[in-house]
Amino acid sequence: MPTVNKARRMARAVLLVATRKGAWIYRGDTSRRAWQADGPHFLGHIVSHVVLDPRDGRTLLAAAKTGHLGPTVFRSTNLGRTWKEAARPPAFAKAPGGGGRAVDHTFWLTPGHPSEPGVWYAGTSPQGLFRSEDGGVSWAPFSHINDDPKYLEWMGTVQDGTPDGPKLHSIIVDPRDPAHLYFAMSGGGVHESVDGGRTFTPLVDGLEVVEGFDRGNIAFHDPHCVRLCPSNPDRLYQQNHCGIYRLDRPSKTWVRVGRSMPKKIGDIGFPMVVHPRDADAAWVLPMDGSTVWPRTSPGGVPCVYATRDGGRRWQRLDAGLPRGQAWWTVKRQAMTADAGDPVGLYFGTTSGELWASRDEGARWTCIARHLPEIYAVEAAAVA
Amino acid sequence: MRVLIPTPLHDYTGRAWVEAAGSTLRDVLADLDRQYPGIRFRMVDEQDRIRRHIRCFVDGEQIFDLERALRPTDELLIVQALSGG
Repeated sequence: MPTVNKARRMARAVLLVATRKGAWIYRGDTSRRAWQADGPHFLGHIVSHVVLDPRDGRTLLAAAKTGHLGPTVFRSTNLGRTWKEAARPPAFAKAPGGGGRAVDHTFWLTPGHPSEPGVWYAGTSPQGLFRSEDGGVSWAPFSHINDDPKYLEWMGTVQDGTPDGPKLHSIIVDPRDPAHLYFAMSGGGVHESVDGGRTFTPLVDGLEVVEGFDRGNIAFHDPHCVRLCPSNPDRLYQQNHCGIYRLDRPSKTWVRVGRSMPKKIGDIGFPMVVHPRDADAAWVLPMDGSTVWPRTSPGGVPCVYATRDGGRRWQRLDAGLPRGQAWWTVKRQAMTADAGDPVGLYFGTTSGELWASRDEGARWTCIARHLPEIYAVEAAAVA
Repeated sequence: MRVLIPTPLHDYTGRAWVEAAGSTLRDVLADLDRQYPGIRFRMVDEQDRIRRHIRCFVDGEQIFDLERALRPTDELLIVQALSGG
């Protein structure tokens, strides 16, 4: 870890916490020591993701549904003081002969490129890609993938996805080029477009699949979380169902950097977090992916692992975390970093605890507990 | 006609009973959406399938077809299925 003598003063930080029973906004002070809970918002709604638009620092989008009602997107232009529902939430095109797909829930939200204000992307379950050009008020199916026979084959059926349904996630916009896009599907692999989404092609070389399956079949690829390094957009990291990977473009072959994790911990998990200014630094939160896939912390002892050299070596960071009998895990968009110096790290657990580190993972503090199951945590600086 | 709105959708209507017009279930749901934007999609998906946990009743009969004819004197009861334990 680099020595940092004085923390960079942060803009007012917020944590956007999406849970199975609503959303919370935690408002931090500039030292990131004290956090004030604002919520619940949408109590009783299953909220998959809440994201702040970094282009204005005020607009929030929240992807929500209830157990019994259809999915929608809520929008706030005043940091959550008031919300208004999208006029046209993400929905597939109506199939002429019937039998078409229906969005069960919007799972992932990504703001568009800074040069395209108002543009947002959404990923859904079942897998679909959608775009809004008016700040999230109205959404339309985006690109060919939602109806492309090949992509539909790769998406598989509901049974091929996660227990909560197959998902399109990790929508990434290259900060240098709004036409350069990535997304990932569980299941269905990682995909790239260099023409603004007109066409996508798979980007799975080097990725492993579950033993006995054919890695040449895109349907068998299960990326859990893909992140692009802001300080070097040619570098991506990925937490996959089958390991931790790094990709340095223009190469198209992922390298399994998780092989250097301790054998008894393994390199299975959901989230992947990258450093805002150092492309060699990244964090993962391992989980037990053995036998029947308990999806708990390994041995009931939660830990974060960090690399400072692009994945060649990994360091365990667990100071402050429970020493045992803690059987939670952290979902793919429930771990994040802020832009502070040192970087603040945050994760939310399936048991409803919100953990924070003000020193890049060296020391962890629980800042909230007894929340519902946490699905997503985003850190942002507000205007 | 009078339409009973299930509790989870009162955020849209502000009350349980509302008025809506139309000669079919499709028309009545469209009129509800005109008055309370967004309410239809919470009940009917983009393929025009009534969502799994939404039930519509007229005169004690459960109806599934959006083209089902309705009379102005009918009362449409929209309920959320009791499921989930």
